[in-house]
Amino acid sequence: MKILVCISHVPDTTSKINFAENNTKFDNSGVQYVINPYDEFALTRAMWFKEKQGATVTVVTVGNATTEPTLRKALAIGADDAIRVNTEALDGFTVAKELAEVVKNGEYNLVLAGKESIDYNGGMVPAMLASFVDYSFVNACIGLEIEGEKATISREIDGGKEILSANLPLIIAGQKGLVEEKDLRIPNMRGIMMARQKPLAIVESANGNPTTKIVSFEKQPAKSACKLVDADNVGELVNLLHNEAKVI
Amino acid sequence: MSVLVFAETSEGKYKKAALEVTSYGKKVAELLGTNLVVLTANSSEPEVLYNYGAEKVLTVKNDALKPFNAKIYANIVKQAAEKESTQVVIIESTANGLYLAPMVAANLNAGYTSNVIALPSATSPFTVKRKTFSNKAFNNTEILTDIKVIALAKNSFGLVENKVAGTTEEFSPILVESNLVSTTIEQTSGKVTIADADIVVSGGRGLKGPENWGMIEELASVLGAATACSKPVSDLGWRPHSEHVGQTGKQVSSNLYIAIGISGAIQHLAGVNSSKVKVVINTDPEAPFFKAADYGIVGDAFEVVPKLIEKLKEFKANNA
Ligand SMILES: Cc1cc2nc3c(=O)[nH]c(=O)nc-3n(C[C@H](O)[C@H](O)[C@H](O)COP(=O)(O)OP(=O)(O)OC[C@H]3O[C@@H](n4cnc5c(N)ncnc54)[C@H](O)[C@@H]3O)c2cc1C
Ligand SMILES: Nc1ncnc2c1ncn2[C@@H]1O[C@H](COP(=O)(O)O)[C@@H](O)[C@H]1O
Repeated sequence: MKILVCISHVPDTTSKINFAENNTKFDNSGVQYVINPYDEFALTRAMWFKEKQGATVTVVTVGNATTEPTLRKALAIGADDAIRVNTEALDGFTVAKELAEVVKNGEYNLVLAGKESIDYNGGMVPAMLASFVDYSFVNACIGLEIEGEKATISREIDGGKEILSANLPLIIAGQKGLVEEKDLRIPNMRGIMMARQKPLAIVESANGNPTTKIVSFEKQPAKSACKLVDADNVGELVNLLHNEAKVI
Repeated sequence: MSVLVFAETSEGKYKKAALEVTSYGKKVAELLGTNLVVLTANSSEPEVLYNYGAEKVLTVKNDALKPFNAKIYANIVKQAAEKESTQVVIIESTANGLYLAPMVAANLNAGYTSNVIALPSATSPFTVKRKTFSNKAFNNTEILTDIKVIALAKNSFGLVENKVAGTTEEFSPILVESNLVSTTIEQTSGKVTIADADIVVSGGRGLKGPENWGMIEELASVLGAATACSKPVSDLGWRPHSEHVGQTGKQVSSNLYIAIGISGAIQHLAGVNSSKVKVVINTDPEAPFFKAADYGIVGDAFEVVPKLIEKLKEFKANNA
């Protein structure tokens, strides 16, 4: 099996969200970047296939040179090699086009991605990629088993789950459940040392035209103060929710 | 020219999200000076959509479409968009909608934005406001392609009645091949799901253990609410993973969110920011949730929640 794991390089979940240049750019000063949390599930599942069933694992990111430490971290976790498509990732559609080239050139038969990037929350790259390369695709994947050419996949649906089967090649967009949280890998010293020697190929981008453009950002408006109700007067809360907030 | 909405059916019927995208689609069509077409599969009540502004309903009747298949559905939406010379395709943010929408965009070579929360602020260039950074901010995005695909965030527009004299037309698209086969669907029946709920009652580590969830379930049942939890609660196995809300879990966009024994970490709040009204019950007045909430009670959940259940029962009895 040739596995490709798509890694999105995103601000750490605790980052303060601020904007610069007249609210047209994300202000990344002091922001720590990490592997997108959903992609960690995908990467850990890929490592499991590698160790238990035999597979090679390549990680890929579409981004400029600042994303390389994130790719090195994925190599330290155990991926065999990495690819960086050298372009600014500005639009999910063009990122998916870039990834489609990587998938075709590398003939990967299993592509694992995350359900969404926690920065722009597009939730689109894996589905578009699957459409461009015409692979089967499962979104919001919470379980994946492979036997030979046959995959059994679970996905989350509203109020439950669905189990599906497909033959490879396959792309999934994963989340918690794909592996358990406690099984997520963190790089150890040996992994970090080895990662330095592993190949990281830089490929030039196909330079597609973006289909969308972010023109400005806005922060959440400041909230008015929380109205406190005395613990001995719970009836007042019911009254406020009914008469003031009008939600019950 | 047209605006095309895809309205999902569940056993032939429409859920609120389908009527919400139809309401929204009608307004977008008005802004563009064109008509609204709604595409729907195996619907038993297409005329319901007229009440929300659907001038034309394209119905597809085919048993092969009973199990949802995103690839096949995306291709049908594409065929309908081409037939109706659609400028804007609008899809709801259900699990199936979010699976389908980017595939529709790829099929149509169209720009796509998810998480849209308002009507376009401009139609040329076509500009929409959307949630980003896990509900911590918004961005205004221009879609630059001729055809635009958007997914409307749940409960961001609401239902707007707008009765029109609609017509229904049968549509028989070609079904593409897919090697993905649905084998089993496991649905928790009889319970309100987080996705559909107007009210969500959520418990955190402050509740000490799974044996204490009885009062959470009771509160939820009095309110007709769904139950949810913080991430550590599902990690500890006190509650199923499907109840975990937050940045790395479910997004809640209900009218009311009641957080009990939840501290209000930034990653938790990211999943509930878009709920309209938030209530917190916590022993610690310094808990960060008080900064994000509209109403709060500083107190012990084991005393406050039973009282709240009792007061709500009285309220329901008096307002029945
Ligand atoms: C990458 C990453 C992603 C994450 N994603 C998520 C996510 O998606 N969702 C999420 O929820 N968390 C997430 N977290 C975890 C998050 O940081 C917090 O640890 C978590 O939300 C805390 O859960 P809690 O509030 O239930 O528990 P605690 O922080 O332990 O808080 C318990 C609260 O209960 C109160 N309490 C105690 N006893 C009582 C009582 N008797 N009555 C009333 N109140 C009481 C306490 O005062 C306290 O405020 C993530 C963390 C990371 C690093
Ligand atoms: N720039 C990128 N490079 C590589 N993979 C990406 C990139 N952006 C998104 N992805 C993948 O697509 C998934 C969904 O991202 P998004 O569509 O941006 O929400 C992520 O979890 C990644 O697996």
